[in-house]
Amino acid sequence: MSDPKTPVRGRASSGLRAHGTGRVVAPGQLQSGDIAILAPEAAGVPLREFAVEHGLRPSAQRPTALEYTRGLWGRRHFILAFATARNIAMYTEAKLGQLWQVLTPLLNAGVYFLVFGLLLHINRGVPNYLAFLVTGVFVFNFTQRAFISTSNVITDSLPLIRALQFPRASLPLAYVMIELQQMVLSMVVLVAIVLATGEPITWYWLLAIPALLLQTLFNVGFGLLAARIGSQVNDFSQLLPFLMRTWLYVSGVIFSISTLDIKTHRWAITILELNPAALYITLVRNALLQSQRLSAPGSKPYNPALCHAWKTLGHKVGAPVKYQYDSAYCHYYVNPNHYWYFAAGWAVLALVAGFFFFWRAETRYGRG
Amino acid sequence: MAVAEPMVVVDDLHIVYKVYGAGGDRGTAATVLLRLLGRKTRGSIREVHAIRGMSFVAYRGDAVGIIGRNGSGKSTLLRAIAGLLPPEQGNVYTTGDASLLGVNAALLDDLTGERNVVLGCLAMGMSKQETREKYQGIVDFSGVGDFIDLPMKTYSSGMGSRLRFAIAASKNQDILLIDEALATGDAEFRVKSHARIQALREEAGTVFLVAHNLEEVELTCNRVIWMERGQIVKQGDDVIGIIDEYIAAAGGAPVPRDRESGARVKAESLEAAKR
Repeated sequence: MSDPKTPVRGRASSGLRAHGTGRVVAPGQLQSGDIAILAPEAAGVPLREFAVEHGLRPSAQRPTALEYTRGLWGRRHFILAFATARNIAMYTEAKLGQLWQVLTPLLNAGVYFLVFGLLLHINRGVPNYLAFLVTGVFVFNFTQRAFISTSNVITDSLPLIRALQFPRASLPLAYVMIELQQMVLSMVVLVAIVLATGEPITWYWLLAIPALLLQTLFNVGFGLLAARIGSQVNDFSQLLPFLMRTWLYVSGVIFSISTLDIKTHRWAITILELNPAALYITLVRNALLQSQRLSAPGSKPYNPALCHAWKTLGHKVGAPVKYQYDSAYCHYYVNPNHYWYFAAGWAVLALVAGFFFFWRAETRYGRG
Repeated sequence: MAVAEPMVVVDDLHIVYKVYGAGGDRGTAATVLLRLLGRKTRGSIREVHAIRGMSFVAYRGDAVGIIGRNGSGKSTLLRAIAGLLPPEQGNVYTTGDASLLGVNAALLDDLTGERNVVLGCLAMGMSKQETREKYQGIVDFSGVGDFIDLPMKTYSSGMGSRLRFAIAASKNQDILLIDEALATGDAEFRVKSHARIQALREEAGTVFLVAHNLEEVELTCNRVIWMERGQIVKQGDDVIGIIDEYIAAAGGAPVPRDRESGARVKAESLEAAKR
């Protein structure tokens, strides 16, 4: 058995044998007429220096953040093709195929409407509750699905990761793209529902596009976080459904955060409103639903009398629709633009944090 | 040919796997509770020292066969060269991309062969254009024929590994690491893959081949590394000599060889000679 400390001479020693003279060929030195074979150990050059000298790099070394970004850009076609392929494969087993992309969110919204809208009357003076609810469910679903699927992405793709070298962040990125494709389809359904509930088509609708773009960026960043955590902490996938359900309930999907008890829990409401899911939901709602724009905080000046009317009349089950809009009078000055600043802030923060968090463990994915 | 260019430098490499809960008591509720309460540290961690100090240099154009018994660390070594395992001590230096081709490395089982080809090419960093150009060649090489439209999970293991090999070998890899991937191919495919490996060697790269089929190593490789328990027993470019020694050490009968060329003598021709 060879001594682990002395490098074993393979090709190098045979090189010496070939020369036959016992002459040591220093690295980089050419013997005229010979095939020069380098003998780093024999020349007394440590293997590490020998490797560095020839421009070799440690195989398990992480690329710099810039190289990594460039590598990702170079794999953009792979990301798209992977997303498309996965999207198709996901539904090949089901009889209804890709119809499920539309059916799943519809069924979800149906269940929530049945329980919270019809059985519990939780609308609390929210005008056009059905459209309000369905928008919330669809937008939240985008983030939820992106988060859950990316937390499994490394485990799902182990064979691919073990076979080929590519920037691993391509995979969570592709998964978010899948959810984006799904979201675009959902939006078509959503628009149909919104129109059916009697909302008018306005220029405000265009604002849904930047809102969803910001949400996509947020989902990418968040997905990168989830992908690394999910690959390293196996218990994460057990915990995740619980986390997501809690998030769903505090993000104003089912009820309107701004109509919670406004005077006593101001700070709690602010925190709820500024959580990213709630922000993106609010922005899309304000874009698509005139009923939301008209009743949104800040859309009307504070007016104690009208606010009181909303609280006593509009808030009740089966309240006349005209009072339902009056929750807007219950707020002191609110600048609706703040939602955009915070939404953009969350997107950038998640993207930067997620990228660096994921990148730092680049060489550790697919091991074990 | 100018100066032999090193492609892989393995410098005093040690690889240690950490196996958690080797005692097998990890999952029970009681042990988890005790651990959470801080009464007991995490279940016993057992370290498996898979590679214990290996050093060698592989040059451009080398085809290195790695032989040794099961569990001697051959696959671990390949994964370390591919950069998939971080060294505990020492290091592996490579130039360019290394791509590992293992027998279990299915790509995406629920996708069709066609999509796997496209995705594989794109993942290796080819452009769309390049992928389109190489597609037909890969399909033809793999010989899976009409199955290319079916999900890869419907493939036989031979077909699967042929397609994987075809994909991985389609790019002129700097370093191609083959882990038993040719074991399931039929005779025709072996001839083709052998030719492809030769071509890859000539075109640029270095090939590492782990195989229990020693004839495969003999045919393909110009160097051989014999490993035992994570260490090099013997290595060099006397492929036939080392393989014979390895067989002798394993207690096998020596391979009948032609005295002059060193080539294997086929069993049938031996029979014929006896008669």
